[in-house]
Amino acid sequence: MLDVDIWRGTATGKFQPFSIPRREHQTVLDVVTEIQREHDATLSYRFACRVGMCGSCAMVVNGRPRWTCRTRVNEVVGDGGRLRLEPLRNFTVVKDLAVEMTQFFEKWQRAHGYFEPGPQPASDFAAVPPSTPERQAADAGIECINCGVCYSACDVVAWDKDYLGPAALNRAWTLVNDVRDKGNAERVKAISYASGCQACHTHMSCTQFCPKAIAPTYSIAGLKRAVLRRSLGFTR
Amino acid sequence: MRASHKQRGFVAAMIHRLAGIALAAFLPLHFLALATALNGAKGLDSFLQVTREPLVQFAEFGIVVALAAHLALGLRVLAIEFFDFREKTLNALSACFAAVCAVGLIFILNSG
Amino acid sequence: MSATLFVAQRFTAFVLACAVAVHLGTILYAVRGGLTAADILGRTHGNIAFAVFYGVFVVAVAIHAPIGLRNVLREWTPWRGITLDIALGLFSILLLVLGFRAVFAVFSA
Repeated sequence: MLDVDIWRGTATGKFQPFSIPRREHQTVLDVVTEIQREHDATLSYRFACRVGMCGSCAMVVNGRPRWTCRTRVNEVVGDGGRLRLEPLRNFTVVKDLAVEMTQFFEKWQRAHGYFEPGPQPASDFAAVPPSTPERQAADAGIECINCGVCYSACDVVAWDKDYLGPAALNRAWTLVNDVRDKGNAERVKAISYASGCQACHTHMSCTQFCPKAIAPTYSIAGLKRAVLRRSLGFTR
Repeated sequence: MRASHKQRGFVAAMIHRLAGIALAAFLPLHFLALATALNGAKGLDSFLQVTREPLVQFAEFGIVVALAAHLALGLRVLAIEFFDFREKTLNALSACFAAVCAVGLIFILNSG
Repeated sequence: MSATLFVAQRFTAFVLACAVAVHLGTILYAVRGGLTAADILGRTHGNIAFAVFYGVFVVAVAIHAPIGLRNVLREWTPWRGITLDIALGLFSILLLVLGFRAVFAVFSA
């Protein structure tokens, strides 16, 4: 049998214990689903694709933020160990394991994490060789699916409510490196306010935990260099 | 509800930060100590007598190690931020740790 | 921290990396066989190069340390806003004053 403690409540609440059969290849998502369907229908949690593509099922499993659909129970719990499930840290808890993502996406917007085509639409396709340094830098961070694991792992997000966070800054970096984008003067300004990229202290928890192997730390380092260049008067 | 904090980068950042705080607290005292030289060599010497106490010697060792640690880990931050250093975390941190230990050891050996 | 504080802190970090390396080397050399005032002052008295070096060191530290402390206090305590900035500005001035006083003391002793 597998012993599971699941957070019930909102910001305040408590852990509720469950006990379910342990199966060889079960994932943590399997565990939560079985508990919700067969033991306590009032448990709230999120998932969608269940195959590691959407990022909806992210939660804190035994202290580490991960995708539950891609986490085998055997990976995190030895024989006789307990599974401990909590909602993602640094988000407002809606209920139990489901969190409010609005602020996460607001920070995305504040960081100008969107493509800026400029006043004139492009007259032709842009030729961007994949081997150029800018495109390689963009490609290194482009696969982000906004799952929130990095945001949950980040200590500075916990310490500074205004900090834009690794995901928003990583996306801003991919756009700084998008040679078609016309909004980078404004974007570099947007990510360099008080709680912008400078607030990152290189703990590298984001890079450690990102399930897509993206390294927001290096994207943020790139943004810091962009901020330095701008402060010295270089426009690019 | 806390995520695990046993990540190497976090440990590095905490040592860097705590060492920095210690140094910032120490600096005004260091400046005051040096300024006893305003009373000539005698003034500085009478202060240096105090520093021969074992507890003070240990604190000095701590401050020297804090300085070495803050420098080494600060270089790590500068390398990542400005030289696009892709950290092989364990290697980089081991190098920092080794450098700090070397400094501390030399200090002890020298101050005999 | 704002972009300006960030650039100031990182710039002084580069300056201090050099200064601290020299200072640590000096410390490790100087403590051999014990430290006396005569040893220290023998090195620093009337030594313009030392005075300039430590003068630059004092200025860099007076910029670098308060900015670092500002981050720590903002992140780990509820203190923020203009009162924090003023307090740290005063700390910076304190470091400058005490620092230059110390440099003068060992130069002129």
